[in-house]
Amino acid sequence: MSTYSLNPHLFDDDVEQEPNRAGFGRGLKAAGEANEAVVALCADLTESTQMHLFRDAFPKRFIEIGVAEQNLVTVASGMARAGKIPFTSSYAAFSPGRNWEQIRTTITLNNQPVKIVGSHAGVSVGPDGATHQMLEDIALMRVLPRMVVVAPGDSVEAEKATKLIAENGQPTYIRLAREKTAIFSTAESPFEIGKAYILREGSDVSLMGTGTMTYQLLVAAEALAKQGINAEVVHVPTIKPLDEETILTSAKKTGRVVTAEEAQIAGGFGGAITELLSDKLPMPVKRFGMQDRFGESGDPKELLKHFGLTGVQIAEQITVWAQTTPRYHQE
Amino acid sequence: MGQLTIPQLEQKANDIRKDIMRMLEAAGSGHSAGPLGLSDIFAALYFNILNIRPEEPDWADRDIILLSNGHCVPVQYASMAEAGFFDIDELLTLRKLGTRLQGHPERERLPGLENTSGPLGSGLSQAAGYAYTLQHIDDVSHRFVYVVMGDGELNEGNIWEAAMFAGKNKLGKLIAFVDRNNIQIDGSTEDVMPLEDLKGKWESFGWHVIEIDGHSMESIIDAASQGRAISNRPTVIIAHTIPGKGVDFMEYDYHWHGYGKSPDDYKKALEKLRTLDGKISHEGAGV
Repeated sequence: MSTYSLNPHLFDDDVEQEPNRAGFGRGLKAAGEANEAVVALCADLTESTQMHLFRDAFPKRFIEIGVAEQNLVTVASGMARAGKIPFTSSYAAFSPGRNWEQIRTTITLNNQPVKIVGSHAGVSVGPDGATHQMLEDIALMRVLPRMVVVAPGDSVEAEKATKLIAENGQPTYIRLAREKTAIFSTAESPFEIGKAYILREGSDVSLMGTGTMTYQLLVAAEALAKQGINAEVVHVPTIKPLDEETILTSAKKTGRVVTAEEAQIAGGFGGAITELLSDKLPMPVKRFGMQDRFGESGDPKELLKHFGLTGVQIAEQITVWAQTTPRYHQE
Repeated sequence: MGQLTIPQLEQKANDIRKDIMRMLEAAGSGHSAGPLGLSDIFAALYFNILNIRPEEPDWADRDIILLSNGHCVPVQYASMAEAGFFDIDELLTLRKLGTRLQGHPERERLPGLENTSGPLGSGLSQAAGYAYTLQHIDDVSHRFVYVVMGDGELNEGNIWEAAMFAGKNKLGKLIAFVDRNNIQIDGSTEDVMPLEDLKGKWESFGWHVIEIDGHSMESIIDAASQGRAISNRPTVIIAHTIPGKGVDFMEYDYHWHGYGKSPDDYKKALEKLRTLDGKISHEGAGV
């Protein structure tokens, strides 16, 4: 656990940045090279979801569906029955936003290993505004029996995750972002589906992040250290199934948990962590994310700030919260 | 499976109808009209059209049959049991706790089912995905994909997304049946949400369209064979059927979409069907 290799330039001003969807594009092409059963279907967003790398390498295994997200996932279900491993991509607002029932019936209840790739999730989509800033996808997908839910932290991890979900044999949702974000992991960092990782050890509070928000928590932990708060940072790229052991071990050690996601906290990642803790280790939890509201147009960085989701803002709030919130102690 | 003659197929359809009535009576719920109306088509599919092996449901060279309007699944269960996929007595477990014969079909519960359906409008896409794989990726020429849809479910947008996709990709391996019985839950299809000109709609999406009497065994078999011969377009067979066919007091009445008023209805229906044993010969059929 303590061997996680973080990018040494993580806190430099010129830390390398890339959208995690770019890592997905590379991963999908690699998955296609490794297994010829992999096919890709897109709903008229091939370049923005980064499927063009696969399309250009394997034109026969790429299917353009047009702007028809219900058809996107149901055609994929039929192809899976015919022995293929279909990746379906669109913006998360449309898939799984529009086609949830088709995913439920023809993919999860029908138990077909279709991959739902939801790109452009979160408020950091930016100027397109609330219609395109998908915030409810984590809740929609994790409530489905059999569905695996993965939100990679950066482009390096997205590439690894894509290659692995191609071979997991299960219905899987992978959540991606439009905007460039800092690359905090390295090629050597471990990644497995269903595992959480301790990125920084601490004793006063556990900061648990999913997707690109984990980077903000690393920033927050640096700021908290200056206030004398020693925070542990837990990266949870697999929201379902949760790595209960790693999460509970960290929570037991620090006695206080903070969650962060670029999604609705109700039903989302914070919801998942809260459910686990209330079941097995009840303790104070503070959830950062969207508080039962929609996003709006703006520059991505501006929007993160507007909604209080930057590392510095999160650290400020934790400082106040920690003063009034007792730590859990096991009797 | 040995070839049945037309009169034998018609008798098989009557057996399937009797199975359906027994199943619904035992279950105490379920849909009546649709399954009865589809019995001739399913007898033709399972005993003539489909290249399948009941004793080897996952046989790699099989044809695929998908039921899109999952509420009509009693007719598929009855046909599968009659064809030897499982014991006929199991039909009476329909809709009961622990059964493989769920109220709406679940693929993983019963070998031989190719999909899970119930919510309407998704079967054509799944069939198209399978047919696309055979034709454009795996280059398989000897297998066909059949799908059965209701007419009411053509209200669903997902159907027309699939129709566009199949037309664009010239899915010659895809053969769809529309059960054109003109009823849906709230009344006549043309009152609820008009479908006509239905033939013209499919043609404009690039499909080969055949209209048949869905109770004429020869017409069903001929249409399927025509569909297989047309390799550059998907085929849709608009099968005009009588909802509740075979039980006179259920025929044409949309109230029979669902379950009857009492178990006695099914006893009466069974008596009606028994009177047809050994006497069936379709009007105008050249037998």
